[in-house]
Amino acid sequence: MIINHPLLGPRDAQEFTYLGDASLIHRPDWQGEDASGQFHDYLYLRDNLAGQHRELWFHEVGDRSWLVVTRNTLTHEITNVELARDVARREGRGK
Amino acid sequence: MTQKNRVNGGLIDRSSRVNFQFDGKTYQGHNGDTLASALLANDVRLMGRSFKYHRPRGVMTAGSEEPNALMKLRTGARQEPNSRATVTELFDGLEARSQNRFPSLKFDFMGINDRFSNFLTAGFYYKTFMWPRAFWEKLYEPVIRKAAGLGSISFEDDPDSYDKGFLHCDLLVIGSGPAGLMAALTAGRAGARVILAEEDFITGGRLNTETYAVAGMSGSDWARSVMAELESLESVRILTRTTVVGAFDHGIYGAVERVSDHMLAPESGKPRQILWRIYSKRAVLAAGATERPIAFENNDRPGVMMAGAVRAYVNRWAVTPHQQVAVFTNNDDGHRTAADLIAEGVDVTGVIDVRPDAPSLAGIEVFAGARVVNSKGLLGLKSVQIRLANGEIRDLTCGALGVSGGWNPNVHLTCHQRGRPVWNDAIAAFVPGGEMPAGLTVAGAANGHLSTAQALQTGAEAAVSALTGLGVSAAAPDLPEAEDAPNSLTPFWYVKEGKGRAWIDPQNDVTVKDIKLAHQENFRSVEHLKRYTTLGMATDQGKTSNMGGLAVMAELTGKSIPETGTTIFRPPYTPVAMGALAGRSIGKNFHPTRETPSHKWAVEQGAEFVEVGNWLRAQWFPQPGETHWRQSVDREVLQTRKSVGICDVTTLGKIDVQGADAAEFLNKIYANGFAKLPVGKVRYGLMLREDGIAYDDGTAARLAEDHFVVTTTTANAVLVYRNMEFARQCLWPDLDVQLISTTEAWAQYAVAGPKSRKLLQKLVDPEFDLSNDAFPFMACGEITVCGGVRARLFRISFSGELAYEVAVPTRYGDAMIRALMEAGEEFDAVPYGTEALGVMRIEKGHAAGNELNGTTTALNLGLGRMVSKKKDCIGNVLSEREGLNATDALRLVGLRPVDSKEVIPAGAHLMNADGSVSAKTDLGYVTSAAYSPILGCSIALAFLKGGGDRMGDVLRVINPLEGQEVRAEVVSAHFVDPEGERLRA
Repeated sequence: MIINHPLLGPRDAQEFTYLGDASLIHRPDWQGEDASGQFHDYLYLRDNLAGQHRELWFHEVGDRSWLVVTRNTLTHEITNVELARDVARREGRGK
Repeated sequence: MTQKNRVNGGLIDRSSRVNFQFDGKTYQGHNGDTLASALLANDVRLMGRSFKYHRPRGVMTAGSEEPNALMKLRTGARQEPNSRATVTELFDGLEARSQNRFPSLKFDFMGINDRFSNFLTAGFYYKTFMWPRAFWEKLYEPVIRKAAGLGSISFEDDPDSYDKGFLHCDLLVIGSGPAGLMAALTAGRAGARVILAEEDFITGGRLNTETYAVAGMSGSDWARSVMAELESLESVRILTRTTVVGAFDHGIYGAVERVSDHMLAPESGKPRQILWRIYSKRAVLAAGATERPIAFENNDRPGVMMAGAVRAYVNRWAVTPHQQVAVFTNNDDGHRTAADLIAEGVDVTGVIDVRPDAPSLAGIEVFAGARVVNSKGLLGLKSVQIRLANGEIRDLTCGALGVSGGWNPNVHLTCHQRGRPVWNDAIAAFVPGGEMPAGLTVAGAANGHLSTAQALQTGAEAAVSALTGLGVSAAAPDLPEAEDAPNSLTPFWYVKEGKGRAWIDPQNDVTVKDIKLAHQENFRSVEHLKRYTTLGMATDQGKTSNMGGLAVMAELTGKSIPETGTTIFRPPYTPVAMGALAGRSIGKNFHPTRETPSHKWAVEQGAEFVEVGNWLRAQWFPQPGETHWRQSVDREVLQTRKSVGICDVTTLGKIDVQGADAAEFLNKIYANGFAKLPVGKVRYGLMLREDGIAYDDGTAARLAEDHFVVTTTTANAVLVYRNMEFARQCLWPDLDVQLISTTEAWAQYAVAGPKSRKLLQKLVDPEFDLSNDAFPFMACGEITVCGGVRARLFRISFSGELAYEVAVPTRYGDAMIRALMEAGEEFDAVPYGTEALGVMRIEKGHAAGNELNGTTTALNLGLGRMVSKKKDCIGNVLSEREGLNATDALRLVGLRPVDSKEVIPAGAHLMNADGSVSAKTDLGYVTSAAYSPILGCSIALAFLKGGGDRMGDVLRVINPLEGQEVRAEVVSAHFVDPEGERLRA
């Protein structure tokens, strides 16, 4: 596969390490209500999608960016690649 | 001159004389021959024995789809089994041997299997070798493997090298027949970067094997004229002897180039093969088509071949497979074979055409509406029995029979992603369908366009459309005049009469009867059929047989062929040598070897090394007279604890953390707090996974308000860095913090023992005060050593002694270890390795990888109180789960044998002093064990249920696997200096 890195252009998937669902960005509040249940769901529950999937890839032998890659799990077609940091900020993560 | 089957013409160099051996006998051929064509020229039809029944077999095809003529090539370490004679280029000195026969090809002992064929049908092994189970691996499998099988390997190391390479192009053209050549020419003229990959050693494909004219010249001459132009274009790269074996995601193709397979040994410095990874923007598949047989009783005798293959041997290699040849066909293609043979003066004894309206052919008897019902000839075809349209049975003399059942487009690569072939009634075959690999179009016969004119046209069109997609305008060249014969086929798959066996898959010995049996036993879906009968599962992957099997099953189930389905083709298209896949990553080069800056020094000291991840670390340093590793290790431990020892700890992961929020960031990464760590201090830190399990530990040193140096274990250096970047970029993106791995930037040495301060004082520049007050336990600082060399000093201790770690830039590593050892001479300083390091940390009760084993929590490790409840950190919340905090949770304890002569085995389980031994009564397990030279006995660290409450209890330490049982007392894990007085000295 080829991942079109937002900063570096098309790179072979061999340069990356895969983590999983981009929902891992949404780490729950440790002091929130039912934090234990929230963390359980965060850590263990995933949608196993046949189709468009947003997922985290780490450019480990490249520039060490975490990326959010939108990949079709049926065809491997990649339709969007963003810096995970930008996604995290946009989706409400901060300090 | 013994090549009695040579005829005129052909693309061989008759002036050359190539000597080769087959089964020990020497023959001659010419440059341009394949092993198969040269054997046929020498009237050798018997080339192998079949997989299961050991039936005599000859060559069936003229290409990579060959199921029968598999041979062992070369001898010694270069011996290679299962090589297809049809694609093996002849070279001087080639040694080939037949396979799967004993003692000889003509008399094969295991040929007896054929007499028992009624027992050896599909599913035989599944049904017969079921009981007793103990015989499966010891008896049945070895016996079956010996009897049924292919060639054997040499068991010697392959002396050749294999390379991997990367290529990029606008257009990859797969196949150089008429369609491929036109596609490459169209794209090449437009200036596109083109790679033309051809499996064969010459380009042209079927143009080299047919007698039809193209643009008024012979097909092969036209191909050569196009090649001359392509070779003149700089943007075109032509790869012959290169098979594209797989279509992968995003326009990536795998291809194997057989650089040196056509030589006795590779030229100096050249690889045997190259595995290419081709990145293409677009690709055109012009892989042609494969002719399929018609099954009839005893259709597997040497001499029964594909009609198109017979034509290829006559026209390209100037060889007739025999002096008398007949043809069995359901289409006009078979008639071409007869015509081409007659043109070379070969005696064609008849054309058996299943079509009642078969055309006539000048000078040959055509049996319209007839079929071949049987054949004769034990080691080679002697005659076929035919039944005429009027029912009359007749014998027809022939030593070779060309069979044509139509052509199957080579759709394989179109299936490697999600493509599923679709049925085309006009040619009664599957053509590419469904979702193609991204950017791939199919042209020519591979797409069901079986005439030369159609191939030329669709090849040009495919290239134009591919380039248009890339924004490049290209014009199709003028199409040369070529044959455009209409399709004439009447589907006909197998001859139903006859009681004997009709072979569908000759390589795996699957017959029509086997398919009937699978149907009868309800293995009717294609995927079940394939696995039950092994149809299409051999090295040829059923290229000539899958369709026949499908057709028989379709008829039995009363369904159409497309309703019955098609098996899915997966990579590789043809077999790939393991060596090509491994490339240079073999032996010592399987992974990189990392050496620390003082590696050379350690080698000079005669160190024994151990691989830790990719690193080589000194394990111990044997001294003259030491004959056992324990002697070295005990000495290193004792001398370190008595005076001073030096250990290379460069391999520990080092991560530089900088930024205004660096402390806040570490607070989130570590279970324990770091916000209040003063500048100039080091703290031990424990990292948890988000599920609350401990996964790494190390130290973080605060060099400035906004600057920390984090160390990790050697094994987890990569993982910790990855996780820290994840936290930084994905979880807390607004923290002002930057990370960089500096593992390779610093060489670091532990200097441990009561004399360590004195030793370091000799090297650390005098303006830095190392006294206990100025530089106490857990201090750190940036210093200089040896007169101005930048360094970092940490007062940390893994051994439990007064100890320091000193780090210098990597380039000074070698000088630093030498300086340390020289300065240590007056203290009798010793270097110590990872074994002594391990002994001392066990004596001190420090956790390491054995304890941080992916199942243990901070509580288990006795570090429960370190997990801060006042801040957010990774793993904090889930570490509070009830199950992880049970009162009888495992706790880290020490063990000492009651009888000090006994040895506690690592990995052993703990049971109460009395009572039964079972999983139910299991109390925990030993994680680390060592001989403690200080205590003079075996000691161990262990996880024990409710361990804190069991101090002083005696337990049984049990290893039921080896019948070991030792009684041991539960003690504190801190065997040495439990109060920590030494390390604070």
